[in-house]
Amino acid sequence: MTPVIAARGLTKTFGDLTAVDGIDFEVPAGESFGLLGPNGAGKSTTMRMVGAVSSRTAGDLRVLGLDPDAHGPEIRSQLGVVPQEDNLDPELKVRENLIVYGRYFGIPKAVCAKRADELLAFAQLEDKARNKVDDLSGGMKRRLTIARALINEPRILMLDEPTTGLDPQARHVLWDRLFRLKERGTTLVLTTHYMDEAEQLCDRLVVVDHGRIMAEGSPSQLIRQYASREVAELRFGSDRNADAAARLEGLAERIEVLPDRVLLYTDDGEALLERVTDLGLHPTTSLVRRSSLEDVFLRLTGRSLIE
Amino acid sequence: MTTTTAPAPVRRGGGVRALYAGNARAILMRSLTATKSSNWAVVLSGFFEPVFYLVAMGYGLGSFVGDLTLPTGETVSYAAFIAPGLLAVSAMNGAVYDSTWNVFFKLHFGKLYQAQLTTSIGPLDVALGEISYALLRGGVYALGFLTVMQVMGLNLAWSAVAAVPAVLLVAFGFASVGMAVTSYLKTFQQMDWVTFVMLPMFLFSATFYPLSVYPEPIQWLIKAMPLWHGVELVRGLTLGVLDPSMYVHVAYYVVMVVVGLTFTTTRLRALFLD
Repeated sequence: MTPVIAARGLTKTFGDLTAVDGIDFEVPAGESFGLLGPNGAGKSTTMRMVGAVSSRTAGDLRVLGLDPDAHGPEIRSQLGVVPQEDNLDPELKVRENLIVYGRYFGIPKAVCAKRADELLAFAQLEDKARNKVDDLSGGMKRRLTIARALINEPRILMLDEPTTGLDPQARHVLWDRLFRLKERGTTLVLTTHYMDEAEQLCDRLVVVDHGRIMAEGSPSQLIRQYASREVAELRFGSDRNADAAARLEGLAERIEVLPDRVLLYTDDGEALLERVTDLGLHPTTSLVRRSSLEDVFLRLTGRSLIE
Repeated sequence: MTTTTAPAPVRRGGGVRALYAGNARAILMRSLTATKSSNWAVVLSGFFEPVFYLVAMGYGLGSFVGDLTLPTGETVSYAAFIAPGLLAVSAMNGAVYDSTWNVFFKLHFGKLYQAQLTTSIGPLDVALGEISYALLRGGVYALGFLTVMQVMGLNLAWSAVAAVPAVLLVAFGFASVGMAVTSYLKTFQQMDWVTFVMLPMFLFSATFYPLSVYPEPIQWLIKAMPLWHGVELVRGLTLGVLDPSMYVHVAYYVVMVVVGLTFTTTRLRALFLD
């Protein structure tokens, strides 16, 4: 089956700045695909090129089998876009936002109205149908933006940082909605700098940094490949972390020293903690957890994802 | 560097399809819905502004000024002289307000055009849709004001009927250029320049007295400005003074429409479809 998105050597430069530096990826239909990386990694620029609102500088790109530089409107008519910043229409009521947006695609009004009601139910906003957009909370606005992106029954739903700026509860509600879409077989493409989000929602992802792809795979594959099963996080106090790390050399598969803590990568965290104590080292706090994409990113770039 | 190996028959640079989806009515419908939901009171208030001017200046000031003699030798009341001028001004004000402040807000704060252009809508749809709304609004004002003029006995000729399309043309010209200018502005301070240009044009474009009061160089300056053409066109029609110079006035606005639409479309594409 042909992939719905295929990029080869995809590049975008703005003057001297290379925002996207020759990336290759493919997204098959029905997959939930993520671009994970810190701010400024080139994720949003990539999304804009796939969304056919920004032309590429070099490389090849096919979205739904078409070249976005030549077939912008055809491609855009089959995409649902959730931008990083909400751009709902503040002069319209909640339900009107959906109907009017549907009309932009040339969808008949009666069809828009019917879909609007279904989508309001999906977004759990039925009570707010007649409210102004400004009356909604951040999480509600985000859900409305997602509902709006679904009004044209898109073949691909693109979400740029879908839960940035939301409180934990609102994030979970949103994840639940997105997970339902995924279960229905909607192709999702999302960017995020949250590892937990990527682990929750993505079947497969690429780790992006400085416009390049650093690694690619499912969340569990990446963790297996670039991190150990478990991580022990030890804190000895800001001044003493480096000294302690030197004495811990050889104890773990890999050691990362961060300003506030030391990370020890191992398959058995508890056993490692015992050996630390045996060495006569007494961290002020210690914690054993499963490895996450954060660790993958640290391994790949030497930096944490969120500074 | 090779950009693509496959044949690309319609690059965005030249493809008309990327500019226009033939769906400007969706943009117009959006504005009508917004008016219904948000700002119908503001829109309604626009009707009264020229009516107030007409009463205050035409009757208040007019009782001191007395009647005027036109170049044709005909004598008309002061109110009948300024009413068509006010009609043209209201067309200008309505069109400019919609295409500058409203557009500026949607561009920079509402992010409306950004959202619209991620759909299959093209920049020319946006420009035409927004301007159509300004025209519709201007047309309703014009009809209302012409009715007031008719009731007050200020329409002196049958050709006053043609003032409606004339006013729409004036509004179309101003709205196109207004939207084009606004799409290049970035700050509120720059927006103040719009007012700075509009007010003197309103006061000095032969709205309240004939152009002949000015020395000749000033007359030429006024004649270069768009509003004078609108005032003369509408006044000729309501007073029944028809002459070939009206074609020049019409042509002036046709040029404004074409130039304005071209710049607006180009700019929107550069801003949102880079």
